[in-house]
Formats: sequence, C-alpha cells, structure tokens
Amino acid sequence: MSSNKSVLITGGTVVNASGEVLADVMIDQGVVQEVGPNIAAKYAAESEGGPQRIDATSCVITSAFVDLHTHLREPGREESETIETGSRAAVLGGYGAVVAMPNTEPAQDSVAVVEFVRMQGERAGLVDVVPSACITVNRAGLQLGPFHSLTQNGVTLYTDDGNGVQDPVIMRRAMEYAKELNITLMQHCEVSRLTEGAVMHEGCCSSHLGLPGWPSIAEVLMLQRDLELVRETGAKMHFLHLSTARSVELIRQAKNEGLPVTAEVTPHHFSLTDEKLTGFNTVFKVNPPLRTMEDVEALRTGMQDGTIDAIATDHAPHAAHLKDQDLLAAPPGMLGLQSALGVALKYSGCSVQRVIDLMSWAPARIAGLTARQGNAVAAGNIANLVVFNPAAEWEQSLEQIVSKSHNTPYLGLPLQGQVQYVVRDGKVILEAGVITK
Amino acid sequence: MKHLLSMDDLSLGELQQLLSLADEMSEIQKRSQPKVPALRHKTVASLFFEDSTRTRLSFETAAKRLSADTMTFSAASSSVNKGESLRDTVETLSAMGVDAFVVRHKTAGLPLAMTQWTDAHIVNAGDGAHQHPTQALLDAFTLTRALEMGNSLAGVRIAMVGDIRHSRVARSTVRAFVLLGAQVTLVAPASLLPPSLIYSNATHTSHEWPVSISHHLDEVLGEVDVVYLLRMQHERMNAAFISSVGEYALHFGLTPKRMAKLPHNFKLMHPGPMNHGVEIGVDPALVPGSLITQQVTNGVSIRMAVLLSLLGPAATSEMTKEERNV
Repeated sequence: MSSNKSVLITGGTVVNASGEVLADVMIDQGVVQEVGPNIAAKYAAESEGGPQRIDATSCVITSAFVDLHTHLREPGREESETIETGSRAAVLGGYGAVVAMPNTEPAQDSVAVVEFVRMQGERAGLVDVVPSACITVNRAGLQLGPFHSLTQNGVTLYTDDGNGVQDPVIMRRAMEYAKELNITLMQHCEVSRLTEGAVMHEGCCSSHLGLPGWPSIAEVLMLQRDLELVRETGAKMHFLHLSTARSVELIRQAKNEGLPVTAEVTPHHFSLTDEKLTGFNTVFKVNPPLRTMEDVEALRTGMQDGTIDAIATDHAPHAAHLKDQDLLAAPPGMLGLQSALGVALKYSGCSVQRVIDLMSWAPARIAGLTARQGNAVAAGNIANLVVFNPAAEWEQSLEQIVSKSHNTPYLGLPLQGQVQYVVRDGKVILEAGVITK
Repeated sequence: MKHLLSMDDLSLGELQQLLSLADEMSEIQKRSQPKVPALRHKTVASLFFEDSTRTRLSFETAAKRLSADTMTFSAASSSVNKGESLRDTVETLSAMGVDAFVVRHKTAGLPLAMTQWTDAHIVNAGDGAHQHPTQALLDAFTLTRALEMGNSLAGVRIAMVGDIRHSRVARSTVRAFVLLGAQVTLVAPASLLPPSLIYSNATHTSHEWPVSISHHLDEVLGEVDVVYLLRMQHERMNAAFISSVGEYALHFGLTPKRMAKLPHNFKLMHPGPMNHGVEIGVDPALVPGSLITQQVTNGVSIRMAVLLSLLGPAATSEMTKEERNV
C-alpha cells in the first residue's frame, strides 16, 4: 500500500515516548525515512517534482491514534453506522486503527463474521479495522466462543462488550483459554442483576428524577471478581470503560501487585456527569452511565498517574429514530471518534505527550498492533501518523459529523486540539481536516 | 405557565394561585349544572401509555366541565402496538388540532421530551417514578382545606409511609407539602427509600430532600397530624425490596392498633388505589379523619384549575371571573 509520492512534513514538533523535538519528517515508500531539524532544505519544492509538503507549524506530529473500543454497527445495524462511515469518522479523529466491537448482528463470534469485518475494513481502506471477537457465543454468556479457531485467524482481543460475563465458571474457563493462547480478554464490568432497567447512575440525580439507577457497585463487584481470577489464572485482562472512583483504586492496587491488567476510560466518563440527565436527553444515556464529579476527578488522576492505560471512545452510533424514544426505550451510547482528542486535551488534565500515550502508544501495545501502529516517528518505521494542533479551540457542530448517526454529547461544549493531517502507509489521507481518499 | 411537568417548576405563589382557582372550580362542581363554557372550542387529548382509570377519568371530567372537546388515546388499543414511534404518534395527534395533551407514561421525562415534538400544552399525569404534579396539587388542596389553613400547611407534621423509592406521588407531593410549610417524615424500610437518602456517599446539594427519615412507623405515630399512605405494589418482593407483603403490612401497615396511637383528630390520606390489608388495615370509611374520598373529588377541581390556567383566557386575564363561570 505504499505510495509512490514521498511526503515531507515541515515545521512541527515530533512527539515520541522518548521526548519531543522540533523536526521535519521525510516519508517515502510508506516508511519514515528521516526525522530531523531543517532537513526540508535538502529536498526540491513540490512544484519541481519534490515531495508533497505538509505545513505542520504549531502542530504535533506523532503516531496515529488507536481506538480500543469502536462500535461500527456493520453487519446488522447499517442504518446507524457502516464500517466505511465509521472509518471516515476515525480518520477525522486522527486514528490509524480501531478495534471493532463484536456486538454486531450477527455477533462476531465466528471466523466468518470476523473475516467479513476485516474485509470491509480493508475495502474502506481508511484505518486498520481490527475485529475483536466474543468471549461467549452470541454474547449470551452461556457457551464459550471458538477461541482456537479465532486465534488461528488472528484475533487477539475478546469481549462480550455491552454485557459483562456474569457466570464465574464461564469467566474462569475463558481465562484458562486466554492464558493458554496468549490472548487478551476485555471485560465490560457490570453485574447485570444490579442494573436491571437502569438508565443512569444511581445517586442523587436518579433519586430526584425517579429514574432507575445503575449503581457504581455493579461495576466494582465484577472488577473485583475478575482481578481475583486474573491473580489465579495469570491471564491478561483489559478492563473496558471504567467509570467509578473505586475502580481506579482497584486497578492501581492490582498493578502495584504486578497483575497483568490494563484499563481504559472513555472521553465522556472523564468530561461529563450524571447531572446531564436532568433534561432527560437520551443522548446522555450511556452504559456504563455518566457518574459524579468525584468519579470524573478520580478518572483524571488515574489517567495522569498511569493507572489508566488508554483513552477509548466507546463510539456507539445510534440512528435518530432509535435515540428519539423515551429514556427507558432508547439504546445507550454516544459518538466519540471525532471528538476524543478535543475532549482529552481539554478535560483530562494530561500533558500532550501523556494524551498521545493514552490514545496511541499504549492502546497499540494492548491490542498487539505495534507492527503497524503506535510506534515512534523514527526512520524505518511505517508512516501511520497524525498531525494535530494541540492548542486549537473548537466546538463540534452537526455538520462536521461524518458518522451515519448524530448522537454526540459535545455540541456546544468547548473542545481543544484539532486533527489536521493523517498519514496512512505514507500516504496523506486527511489533508487540512478533509479526507482526500 | 405553558406546561405542567413537575412540581419543581412551580413557585409557592403559583402553587397557591392554583389552589385558590380550585376553590372556584369546586364551587362550579357543586352546582346543579356543573359545567361552564370556558374552554369551548379547545381540544384536550389524554394520552395514556400506562393503565390508569381514575386519573384519566378525572382529567376528562375536568375537561368536560370546562366544555373542552376531549379525545382519548390509550396504549392498549393504539398504533403504539403497530410499531409507530411515540414521536410519530404525538405529531400525528397534534396535526389533528390538539390544544393540550394530558400524558401518562412509564418513563420519567417523557412529558418533557414531548414539548419538543408539539406546540400543544403538556400536562404530566404521571411519568414513571418521577412526577405526578396534579396529584400533589390535589393533595395540597385537600389537606389545606380540611385543616382550614388557607393556602398554608405551616407546622403541620406529616408522615408519608411506603414505597417512596418508586413513587412519583412522593416526589411531587412532598415538594408541595414542604413548599407550604409542612414538616414531612418519610417512613419506609431503607430498600424503599430513594438511594440518595440511604447511601451517605451519594451527596449532592442540588437535589436535597428536605425531610426526616424513619424506619419505624410506631415511633412516629405519636408525633404526626397526618398519615399519608402510599400504595405498596406486590411485585416489589420479586426484586428483593421487601420480604413479603405480609411482613411489610405487619411493620408499615396502618392497623387499628396503630391508629390508636395517633391523635384522635389525625387526617388520613392515600392517592389510591388502595391495597386493603397491606398498607391500610382499617376501613377508611370508619376513620373520621379520612380525606381519601375528598382527594378524589378535589382531583377534578384541581385538574379544572390546571386546564383553565394553561388553556383558558384566564391565563391572559382576558376574561373576568363572571365570564368564565357563565
């Protein structure tokens, strides 16, 4: 997929895990050829047959983002999103790869469906679409998925996302397989018996509004159980969209003990609270629910001190007619791909370098994608890059949204950090905020 | 006032105005021909997505006594079962020319959502466990009139007993009682109180319940003027809120023995329908201070007052009291 045309990114700040430096970046044959200050002078101008030039003044150049948690809705819910439209949203968000969640219809619990998703991703050709697969057949929590077959076909991430695996026997067996096959299980922590009918965080708001509550303890109890199972089995486990202060504490403790666990938070959980539900707007219904300011602050601290490994969007498109129902009937979920960077830089309290770690380097490692994603901007590495202006303030509007659905919670809220360019295999596919492919 | 969605939206002044207007409506109801032309040519549609006979009939009676045209939509026989979305239903009915929707739905907040879908006035007739403002108004009306305290309940001690957690009546009526100056004690097992009242970690100032809490009915009986019983739903034991209806009745039901501990002139209220032998173990007809029948009668007057202030020329002071009552 390497491009014939070479690309020269000038005037930006290259941010790598090892540090940051003002440097130009020369890309050819899909690979970074050279990184250094003022190397641009060595090359002919674009008009004279030289490389395509990108002006990255006041921008950051770094590895493209990796989303561990994307709902692309295809197959089965194409009225809400397709792999192609979701890929476009991802590119606009600065992503080079997205992990496709398996709650499709049919679910990604077989080689056939997983291969379909991978193939549709390649056909769209905008980001690496990395299919995850279910832990249990049809995410029903009753029968283990075909781990050996799926692993042979390259699947390394397994989750019943949307449902937590309730049965401790099933979960323990799944972990035994995970250890044996060196795959990662990703748990959606929710004891479902404690959240029946729930539409929002159980607390003061829900008590006042008379809405059935989703108590924090429902997340904490499953997290605790799974940490003990990790301790026993030694399987690698990733915890999806943690939302409570207590969850952050438990992960911190588990990491101190050396357990092989990682954790993600979503942009909405560290930027919005349950107070948003006072207008009964279904856009703010999400699972797990928006929680309190105390939780928001704990998540931010966890991101800053390294307890939390990744920011993952839980991008969950729902067509207007689905969200245009009452709160009980409307499905949970909100968009995230196009706003994630803007939310992260505005609300996480993290440095730019830390945000890049949370959005690119760490998730690429967790998903096992380092052959292509999340690497240093350095000579010899595949050029999957993002260029963004970390200081640019902006507001999201409906017109900007390229997802098939419009359920973003960020309309009218200030965001910071705007994606300008995305380079995929050495080719510029996002140019000044516009997809060129 | 464009809509009546929640008691939280009403100031003390607005609440008192509605109570006074209900006095006028109550006079009309006592006439031999209890009907006035105030809302002639207006259409009031009741949209009931949840079963309710008394509230729906009370609203329809109120609308008819004000000469409004009425139409009824009940979910059981409706296009909701044919897969039409709620929004489409509301837009369709609006297109027929509806001035006000009286809506009941199992989901909190649905009446508020409806204000986005239609220009008509919306009256919340009960949304999930959230609000039931006309119940609160009729309760306030009934109690203030029974105690002959004008538009005030200053210093009146009220015990509200039962399933507060799932009760829209509690969420609305407590607010009305407190606004009027009453001291309210909620009496229930912890499982039936709103979670924010039982978990100390759930603290937030903007959603306070200005009430006292008790888990022992016997301890509060000697210190209250009014007992307000809530309906105990049998299904609650399936979700582990109570051990059994019998166990609940034993500790939280109003029995003859408990009644003896109350001051002799205490007032008894219940929003209906009653579960005899559960929350109420006495025959209300034999309780001198029972206001339960008056609550029903006053329900019509209050709903007339609400419809009139939303739809009537009274809202714009175009018409005098005499003209309204012609």
